[in-house]
Amino acid sequence: MFKLERRPTPSNAMVILTPVLAVVLTMIAGGILFAILGKNPFEAIRIIFWDPLFNEVVASYTRPQLLIKAAPLITIALGLSFGYRANIWNIGAEGQFIMGAVAGGAVGLAFYPTESVLIFPLMVLAGAVGGFLWAMIPAFLKIKFNANEILVSLMLVYVAINFLGAMVTGPLRSPVGMNFPVSRNFNEYASAYNGELIANTGLHMGVFVTLAVVIVSYILLKQHIFGFQVRTAGQSPRAAKFSGVNPNVTIAICLGISGGLAGMAGLFEVTGPAGKLSTNFPLGYGFTAIIVAFLGRLNPIGILFAGLLMALTYIGGELAQFQLSVPAASVQVFQGMLLFFMLAVEILVNFRIRFKKKEVA
Amino acid sequence: MNLLKTILAGAALAVGLTGAVSAAEKVKVGFIYVGPTGDFGWSYEHDQGRKAIEEAFGDKVETVFVESVPESADSERVMTQMALSGTDLIFATSFNYMDHVLNVAKKFPNVKFEHATGFKRSDNVSTYSARFYEGRTVIGHIAGNMTKTNTIGYIASYPIPEVIRGINAAYIAAKKVNPDVKMKIVWVFSWFDPGKEADAATALIDQGADIIMQHTDSPAAMTIAEEKGIFAFGQASDMTQFGPNARLSSIIDNWGPYYVARVQAVMDGTWTSTDTWDGIKPGMVKIGEFSDKIPADVQASATAIKDALSAGTMHSFTGPLNKQDGSVWLKDGETADDGTLAGMNFYVEGIEGKIPQ
Repeated sequence: MFKLERRPTPSNAMVILTPVLAVVLTMIAGGILFAILGKNPFEAIRIIFWDPLFNEVVASYTRPQLLIKAAPLITIALGLSFGYRANIWNIGAEGQFIMGAVAGGAVGLAFYPTESVLIFPLMVLAGAVGGFLWAMIPAFLKIKFNANEILVSLMLVYVAINFLGAMVTGPLRSPVGMNFPVSRNFNEYASAYNGELIANTGLHMGVFVTLAVVIVSYILLKQHIFGFQVRTAGQSPRAAKFSGVNPNVTIAICLGISGGLAGMAGLFEVTGPAGKLSTNFPLGYGFTAIIVAFLGRLNPIGILFAGLLMALTYIGGELAQFQLSVPAASVQVFQGMLLFFMLAVEILVNFRIRFKKKEVA
Repeated sequence: MNLLKTILAGAALAVGLTGAVSAAEKVKVGFIYVGPTGDFGWSYEHDQGRKAIEEAFGDKVETVFVESVPESADSERVMTQMALSGTDLIFATSFNYMDHVLNVAKKFPNVKFEHATGFKRSDNVSTYSARFYEGRTVIGHIAGNMTKTNTIGYIASYPIPEVIRGINAAYIAAKKVNPDVKMKIVWVFSWFDPGKEADAATALIDQGADIIMQHTDSPAAMTIAEEKGIFAFGQASDMTQFGPNARLSSIIDNWGPYYVARVQAVMDGTWTSTDTWDGIKPGMVKIGEFSDKIPADVQASATAIKDALSAGTMHSFTGPLNKQDGSVWLKDGETADDGTLAGMNFYVEGIEGKIPQ
C-alpha cells in the first residue's frame, strides 16, 4: 500500500516548473496518441503549440485570435478566483455569463435603431448588472438559508439557458431572421456593436478590459485589504471573524464580483465574436473558466497564462484537425491530458508517495 | 516497430519539410461539420460527399475537414484558418454558419464558399439545399398507412421554414391516406443532441405515437424505436444498423454529385455564385429501400408517389390546402411556389399545437 504525505515545504523551483513539466508530459503522451492514430507526432505537436504562434501563414491571424478566445475565459476565471480563495464555490458562471449577455443585449436592442455613443457603455453596465443579480440569487439563499451555493448556482445555469431560449424565440427574436430563434445581428447596429479596435486583428474592447481586470485583480489580491480578507476567510474562517470580517459580506462580494465579471464577459462576447443572441450562444465558457482558474492556481497572472494556454489548444487543435485529418475527439483527449498532467504534477509537488506495509491497528 | 518507424519518419519530416507541402496545383477543398462525422446522420452524409470528391478527382484534389464546429465565432475562425492555409473552396454545412460564412467570404474574395441550407449569398458565396420535403411526402404516405394508433411522432429541431416544411409535407401525405391521423411534435432546439432526441422519442411514444419521424441528426430516436418495438424512418442517412426492425425507409441526403460538380466548376474556372435546390429527380434526395414490414400495396403506392415527384407530375404541396387557422392557402390544383416554401412559417390545417414563437 502507499499513501500520499504532504511535503513540509514544496520546492520553489518545482512550483514554477510544474506547468512546464505538465506541458512536456502532455506533448509526450499526446505524441504517442497521434502516432497510434498514424499521424506524425512531431508535426502534430508543432501544429498545436507552435503554428498558432509562429507559423508564417496563419500566425498573424491566430495570435490575436488567441487573445479573443482567451479573454472571456480569463475574465470569468478571475472573478471566480476570489470566491474560490474564500471557499465560496460559484459553479454557475455559465449562467451569469448568459444572463449578462441577455440583459446587456436586450438593453441595446431596446434602443434599436437609435444611434448614440452612450448605448454601448450602458449595455456593458447592464451586462455586468445582469450577471451580478443572477449571482445574487445563490448569495441570498446562502446567507439567508445557508443553501449550498454549488447546487444553486449550477442549477441556475439551466434556468438561464432556458430563459435565453425563451427570449430569442420571444421578445428578442429578430424580425428579419426567417423565424429562426436569433436576435438581430449586433454588427448591423453600429451603436451596439463590439467591433475590432485595431484594424484586421478582431481585438475588441473585451480583450482590453480583460487585461485591465488582470491588473486590478492582482493589485486587489496582493495589496488591498480585501485580498487579505478573502484569503483569511478561506484559510481560517474563525480567524477571519475575529479580525472583523463579516462572512455574509464576503459571500455577497465574492459571488457579486464573479457574477458581474461573467456577465460583462458575456456582453462583450455576444456583441462581438458571437454577433447575436441565439440558442447556440452558450458554449460552456463558464465551465471552462473553472478549469482556467485552477490551472492558474487562482493567481491573476497564472490565470492569464492558463487562459492563453487553453485558447492555444483550441486553436492549435483546429489546425491539427484539418491539416492532419485527426478526429475532433483526439484533440479533446489531448486537452484532457493537459489538465490531467497539470493536476497530477501539482499533487506530486505538494505530496510525496510513501510506500508502507499495512499496519495493525 | 511500425510506431517507431512513424516516429522516426515523422521527425525527419517535421525538421526538414515543413512549409513545402502541396506546392502542386491541387484544388484544396475544406469542409466544416456541425456534428461529428460519426453522427451517422447529417454530418456523416456531408463527409460521404467529401469522400466522393476524393474518389472523383484523386490526386487533383486535397480535402480537409473540421468536425463538431459550433455555430459560433469558432466557425468563423476555423474557416479563416482554412482560407489562410490555401483552401480554394469551403463547404459550410449547417444553417447557422450563415453570417460567419459571409464575414469570412468578405475577407477572402478569391476563396469560394458553399453554404448548405442558407439564404444569404454574395459574389463568392453560393447556397445549396435539398428538397427534403419530397422525401417527407413519401414517408408521410407510408406512415399514414401504417400507424395503428393514428399518431405519428415528429422530433423537430428549430422552428425554421426548412423544418416546418417537412412537418407539413409529411402531415399532408399522411392525412391523404388516413383522415384520422394526428401528428405530435416535440421541439428539441438542437440539430445534434442524442440525449434530447432520445428523450423526445420516449415522450412521443408515451403520447401514443407508433411511428416516429425526425428532423435531427442522430440515430438516437431510431434506437429507441427499435427498443420499444415501433417504427421510425432513417433521417439524412439510412440508419438501418440502428433499427433493423424499426426502420421502414429513410430519406437519404446525397451530396456527392453536387459537391463533385462544384469542385469541377472551380477547376474549370466556371464557378459562380448560385442557389441550388434539388430534389428527388437529380438524386440529391434519395429514398432508402423499403422494409418488408411495409405491405406490398403501400410499397407500390409509395413508389408511385416517388416516381411522380421525380417526374414532376406531382408536387408535395398541391391544393386544396388550408392554413392551420382555416384560411385558404392553395386553391384546388394550385401548387406552392418556391418563395412561399422557402419562408414557410405556418402549419397546414389539421396539425395541432403552435409553432414555438
